[in-house]
Amino acid sequence: MSQSISIDDIEVPFESGQTIMDAALAAGIYIPHLCHNPCLKPHGSCKLCSVEVNGRSVSSCTTKAEDGQEIINNSEKLNKARLTITQMLFIEGNHLCPTCEKTGHCTLQAVAYHLGMLDGHFPQFYPKREVDASHPSIMLDRDRCILCELCVRASRDMDGKNVFAISGRGTDSHLSVNSPTGKLVDSNIDKDDLAVHICPVGAILIKEHGYEIPIGCRTFDLRSIAEIDLGDVKLSEKSQHNE
Amino acid sequence: MNKIRIATTSLAGCFGCHMSFLDIDERIFELLEHIEFNRSPLTDIKHCDICDIGLVEGGLCNADNIHVLKEFRANCKVLIAVGACSINGGVPAMRNHHQLAECLAESYLNGIGVENPQIPNDVEVPLLLNKVHPIHEVVKIDYYLPGCPPPADAFMKVLGDLIEGREPSLPKTMLRYD
Ligand code: SF4
Ligand code: SF4
Ligand code: FES
Repeated sequence: MSQSISIDDIEVPFESGQTIMDAALAAGIYIPHLCHNPCLKPHGSCKLCSVEVNGRSVSSCTTKAEDGQEIINNSEKLNKARLTITQMLFIEGNHLCPTCEKTGHCTLQAVAYHLGMLDGHFPQFYPKREVDASHPSIMLDRDRCILCELCVRASRDMDGKNVFAISGRGTDSHLSVNSPTGKLVDSNIDKDDLAVHICPVGAILIKEHGYEIPIGCRTFDLRSIAEIDLGDVKLSEKSQHNE
Repeated sequence: MNKIRIATTSLAGCFGCHMSFLDIDERIFELLEHIEFNRSPLTDIKHCDICDIGLVEGGLCNADNIHVLKEFRANCKVLIAVGACSINGGVPAMRNHHQLAECLAESYLNGIGVENPQIPNDVEVPLLLNKVHPIHEVVKIDYYLPGCPPPADAFMKVLGDLIEGREPSLPKTMLRYD
């Protein structure tokens, strides 16, 4: 028996066990998200992927699709809430994009472009956060960490290592490193680990190279997050609707 | 028809936004049919009269920046925050990681090549703020033009909209923070 949900009045088929996010991505519908990555177990922490299901707000990355659900995704109200969340992520960290190696490749920035963010709206926190430059080939700049736990999950579930965890509470929450000294250099992390490459922002970076692709020619300078996320298959259809 | 009067200033910024504005090149002649510059580094007028639009580049790093910003707000009907520094502090805000005393010591006492080390202390020199701040924390801002610097086309788009009485908007292709 085929099952389907409707997202913004579009009928979307799904298979049992799929989340709303899974079904949407498979159908080429972009739901903004930051803490979700299809290779990892959903975490449901950023709330950017919130949608309305039969009038109730839920995270689409952790909510199972159920036959007949009527889902609102791309509404003004939801995008406004997503914009506010994104603005809070910017002002809670030190996101000075012009100085950041990740600029143009950064998912947080790309989502902010997608939502039309012009300013941070709230007063800046300018938190003091520790930089860990101890490792010869991996750099950890907590200034830009958005606590999405993608690295935590990747290290634990894919690399089988458990290098990272989130410690502390509230504004003291921070990424900690599982090693005797708390430094990356004393952990068993490796440059090729998935955890090193999955960070959506410029918090975990590979050292000894930078600016190989000039600003202006980078991932999100050329394509929107929605296009990148849905993959090249959908690109041909989308490119006709470019602004 | 009266021309639209525009004031511009650079606070804690590098003048990059002004330079980018000038990248509109010969389109400035077209623009000058509709606008005139009042207080601006381009005219060297030191205080603004009542203006239609104020463009503010840079954040707030000293007492004079706040003074100038308040003068702009009091005189400009529409105030636009231009560039990363005015919007979130930008590169100057990187000093917020350090104590002000440490920054002064590094620049004027311990820095490489410093001769006759002394921290400047003259009434003519504006007092530094403890932290660098974006300008919306001090005055109301009407529009934001992000970028480091915003592209020349973005200046043209926003000013063009305002000149023609439209609500200014930026197409996604001109929206960037770097
Ligand atoms: S991580 Fe992304 S949003 Fe943060 S400063 Fe770098 S480019 Fe900007
Ligand atoms: S370091 Fe990157 S991947 Fe890890 S929690 Fe922070 S933002 Fe997420
Ligand atoms: S992507 Fe669903 S909560 Fe973050």
